[in-house]
Amino acid sequence: MGLLEIQGLTVQFNTRTGVVHAVDDVSLSLSSREILGVAGESGCGKTTTMLSIPHLLPKNATIMQGKILFEGNNLLDKTESEMEKIRWREISMIFQGSMNAFNPVHSIVAQIREPILHHQPGMNNSEIAERTQQLLEMVGISNTRARNYPHEFSGGMRQRAMIAMALACNPKLVIADEPVTALDVMIQAQILNLIKELSIKFGLSMILISHDLSVIAETCKRVAIMYAGRVVEQGTVEAVFNQPAHPYSRGLLSSFPDIFGRREFVMGIPGYPPDLIHPPQGCCFYERCPERLVQCAQNQPPMTTRAAGHSVVCHLYKEDQA
Amino acid sequence: MSSHAEGISTERHESQTWEMLWADPLGRMGVLLLVFVLLLSLFGPMIFKFDPRQVATTAQELLQPPSAQHWLGTDELGRDVFRATLAGSRISLLVGLLATVISILVGALIGLAAGYYPGLAGNILMRITDFFLVLPLLPLIIILAAIFGQNFLITILVIGLTSWPSTARIVRSQVISLRERQFIERIRSLGADDLRVIVVHILPNVLPLIYANTVLVIAGSILAEATLAFLGLGDPVRVSWGTMLHFAFVSGAAGRGAWWYLIPPGVGIVLVVLGFVLTGHTLDTILNPRLREY
Repeated sequence: MGLLEIQGLTVQFNTRTGVVHAVDDVSLSLSSREILGVAGESGCGKTTTMLSIPHLLPKNATIMQGKILFEGNNLLDKTESEMEKIRWREISMIFQGSMNAFNPVHSIVAQIREPILHHQPGMNNSEIAERTQQLLEMVGISNTRARNYPHEFSGGMRQRAMIAMALACNPKLVIADEPVTALDVMIQAQILNLIKELSIKFGLSMILISHDLSVIAETCKRVAIMYAGRVVEQGTVEAVFNQPAHPYSRGLLSSFPDIFGRREFVMGIPGYPPDLIHPPQGCCFYERCPERLVQCAQNQPPMTTRAAGHSVVCHLYKEDQA
Repeated sequence: MSSHAEGISTERHESQTWEMLWADPLGRMGVLLLVFVLLLSLFGPMIFKFDPRQVATTAQELLQPPSAQHWLGTDELGRDVFRATLAGSRISLLVGLLATVISILVGALIGLAAGYYPGLAGNILMRITDFFLVLPLLPLIIILAAIFGQNFLITILVIGLTSWPSTARIVRSQVISLRERQFIERIRSLGADDLRVIVVHILPNVLPLIYANTVLVIAGSILAEATLAFLGLGDPVRVSWGTMLHFAFVSGAAGRGAWWYLIPPGVGIVLVVLGFVLTGHTLDTILNPRLREY
């Protein structure tokens, strides 16, 4: 039994143009002290899936079915006040550390103090000051910069501050939503190293959402590839990256230039993801799939296990299982 | 210790605003005017005492032109116009400032609430605001003042409670854009209640706007007081510039060529309002994100 078990999660958004089937029957599992990468292009439902864990979905979203088991308890049965106790103390989030993620009129340290104020009301001022100093030290922000304002921080430092904030209450699970997206490559590497170090040091379990496969390859042990609201493939990073089974995963991987190979244009995947207001009846990747079969248009593909912990949702592998 | 260090940072921010205000020629003129008028109204009446009951005993002293004894002449009751003008500045400023406090408090509160709760509650609040915004204010103030009597406090209340809608609208529009920012969402997900989000996280972000607006509302309130008093609805015991103008008008000072009775309170009103408007507009261009030029 893992730390977090998402079973058959289905989320819909009610919008003016219709019901968007943003997440459809997603199952994921995360064991303790593991970093799970969730990859996929924009709008594939990765953020929606993750926001449903701490009940942070926007108001127009409804969770139609599924279970989110955290340490065996279904989070979807929890009330808002019960969730408030779980958020940040058990499950916290690292948001993208853009300017918008911070209140421009409060100092960084005041904002890191915030989760402690709300979740550890027993602490007195000197304890809080000590804790915030410790947190800043942990993420490599010198104490002299603590009282600076967000606009006085660089992008990388803001992201570090974001991480400090996420770790303020010693959570077990940290969900990092595109933590390095707006940063340049050098800073990305630093932040990813920091995340890895901290997760080992504090025995954290993490879910890392990214559209950048190299980020996931560098940080995670296991990866789930999402497409059009579904998980199409999941497995260890080695298995998925070396022997991608789903045609979408293959396309995604060949969309990256190979620095050791010949100089050629990257392949890319022609076409666009399907309209999630009217999801396709069969396989969601049918329209763009280079290896589609007849049955793909009508029937949803079954999940097949390729190797231990490596599963794929595709008609191509039906025979293997049989 | 923490508040001390934060104080330093905010101070630096505020000193920037000050520098920009001082660097702007119009802003500097406004500030100088205000300092001048404030000093006059603060210390003037202490040096040149004015007693409204000290009326002349002989007809020769009525409506006298400026002389060595009466620098700005006398009014129709033989009182010194110069001293009356200094005393009047206090009442005019006091009414303007107190009415502004009420106006800004009401406006900011309604703006914050309407911006943060954009649903039914916000809609109702904004319709009330719209209602006050389209009311013909002058007739309303006149009627209210006529009903509730010619009292200093009533004047303040009436002006304060009718001039808040512009503040409410400005604050609301800024709050609406703030509440959608990620940091507000993040703080709410932390479990902060609405009151804390509004007071600790949204209010400091709209304070600059409120400051700039305050200065402009003061100017409006002083004018409104002068208007009311001129129409004879001011407090007859507390002589303001408007009251002076009223009595000058009623006693026919203009017809009798008593310019020394009409000009001082008029100039006083113009200078004060000009000072506040110049300062306010400059502050507005510095602090209002919509008007800021990069």
